[in-house]
Amino acid sequence: MELSDQIAQYLVSGLSTGAIYALIGIGFAIIYNSTEIINFAQGELVMLGGMFTIFYLNTLHLPLPLAILLAVASTTAAGLIFERLTIRPLKSPTPLALIIITIGGSILIRGITMMIGGKDTHALPAFSGSEPILIGSATILPQHLWIFALTAVAITLNKLFFQYTITGKAMRACAVNRRAAGLVGIDVKKMVFFSFAISSSLGALAGIIVAPLTMTSYDVGIMLGLKGFCAAIIGGLSGGVGTVLGGLLLGVLESLGAGLISSGYKDAIAFIILLLILFLRPQGLFTKAQTERV
Amino acid sequence: MLKVKNINTYYGKVHALKNVSIHLSPKEIVALIGANGAGKTTILNTLSGVTPMQSGSIDFAGESVGALSPDRIVKSGISQVPEGRQVFKGMTVAENLELGAYLRFTAREPKELIRKDIVKIYQLFPRLEERKKQMAGTLSGGEQQMLAIGRALMAKPKLLLLDEPSMGLAPLVVQEIFAVIERLRSDEGVTVLLVEQNAKAALKMADRGYVLETGKIILEGNAADLLENPEVQRAYLGKEKKDIWER
Ligand SMILES: Nc1ncnc2c1ncn2[C@@H]1O[C@H](COP(=O)(O)OP(=O)(O)O)[C@@H](O)[C@H]1O
Ligand SMILES: [Mg+2]
Repeated sequence: MELSDQIAQYLVSGLSTGAIYALIGIGFAIIYNSTEIINFAQGELVMLGGMFTIFYLNTLHLPLPLAILLAVASTTAAGLIFERLTIRPLKSPTPLALIIITIGGSILIRGITMMIGGKDTHALPAFSGSEPILIGSATILPQHLWIFALTAVAITLNKLFFQYTITGKAMRACAVNRRAAGLVGIDVKKMVFFSFAISSSLGALAGIIVAPLTMTSYDVGIMLGLKGFCAAIIGGLSGGVGTVLGGLLLGVLESLGAGLISSGYKDAIAFIILLLILFLRPQGLFTKAQTERV
Repeated sequence: MLKVKNINTYYGKVHALKNVSIHLSPKEIVALIGANGAGKTTILNTLSGVTPMQSGSIDFAGESVGALSPDRIVKSGISQVPEGRQVFKGMTVAENLELGAYLRFTAREPKELIRKDIVKIYQLFPRLEERKKQMAGTLSGGEQQMLAIGRALMAKPKLLLLDEPSMGLAPLVVQEIFAVIERLRSDEGVTVLLVEQNAKAALKMADRGYVLETGKIILEGNAADLLENPEVQRAYLGKEKKDIWER
């Protein structure tokens, strides 16, 4: 294979994992913007998406589309229970307390999943076969197309929701000025609840569509969560374009780095980017001084 | 219309409001003046349900609203224009106005009615219409104040609470905004509680006034009388005792 073909191949797989990172990153951003909390349990919701699908598919023998829908619903319910039990009861928590609580929550979710579901790695079947499709001299798997399509749909719906519905606007208002949002009658706590619902379902979707390519197990949430966090940081914690670009950029760099240099560097790349951004451009790569976050 | 009786509000151990009682009749403009830190903002926030009171009672239009949450209070007809405008800076002017009607949207009021009211706000403040697609953060101070007032009006309040609307604005802009406040009372029948450090301008426009000092109401009366009151002149109108004696 020629180098250019190889690079095309790396781009395809990089963009598809990047799309996954973007979905997870948007989940981080939505919760951050409504609560100023970095929810370190976000990765576990991604894991739950995949694991719930496996459960509905293999244990309850439901058809795949139904299993996926139920898995998204179950993960969203888990995310909401998490919010009710951990975030809501706190009166005026310090940032450190919140970090510890979300990390503690993530360990708990991981532990429970391991106890119930075991330590095995599971494969989810590809949504429509795994016969590679030839495009020019590069090949693309049907699952890549599913990832691109579903991610695009989810991100578009998300954008439309925040841009055009009154609830979406109210959530943005809370992100911009919580006090003023309260004064116009917006129930800030309800908006926080909604933000957990949206980011849980986006996270679940990410965990489900990636599972046919990478397998899933109780502990995939750590790395996926970290990569999503990195995408959100590159995007300046924007709930929109910035984080999408951040995810795609990270996915492509990882894929090129692993392919052209050494696969050992794959995960290190995310850490390096994360540190570089935090040191050099903490407002994100694509943000000007004044941010519009959602 | 509004009857506030003996309210006490605390910030932790700080006793910010001490047995404060005020009342407003329909269509009145009442000024609340006092030095920095006297507790003016705390009164408005207690009325808005943001800073709950420890004791006392608040009756509005025959209903007890003292224990209601901020959204229920907005629903009952009290809207606040907060100190420092607090517009939604990263959102457009039009979105800011829509959010003022948030509770009307969630109550499924027909959207045409809400849109008509936005047009009314633009008639009141034509400069906002010119800038309706701009981010609120890019507006001048005066325009942000207009937007903050417009946003509060979108909830169709019967009682408007204004917290230092003249702060940091040029005298001409202050005049323009005060003129709109008077029009709101005469054309729409809105009742206004106006908090100001600019005591002179506030008392000139108001019917009545209260003077607040370290959490206590120390004076109340007709605005014209308060303007003449030596104590008020000395403490809030910047007149020296000498000037007063000379008259
Ligand atoms: N969030 C708060 N926490 C503690 N003390 C506060 C808080 N807000 C106001 N105070 C105190 O309450 C008093 C009244 O403040 P405020 O109502 O803001 O006065 P004003 O609006 O008249 O300038 C001041 O002594 C102020 O320091
Ligand atoms: Mg004040």
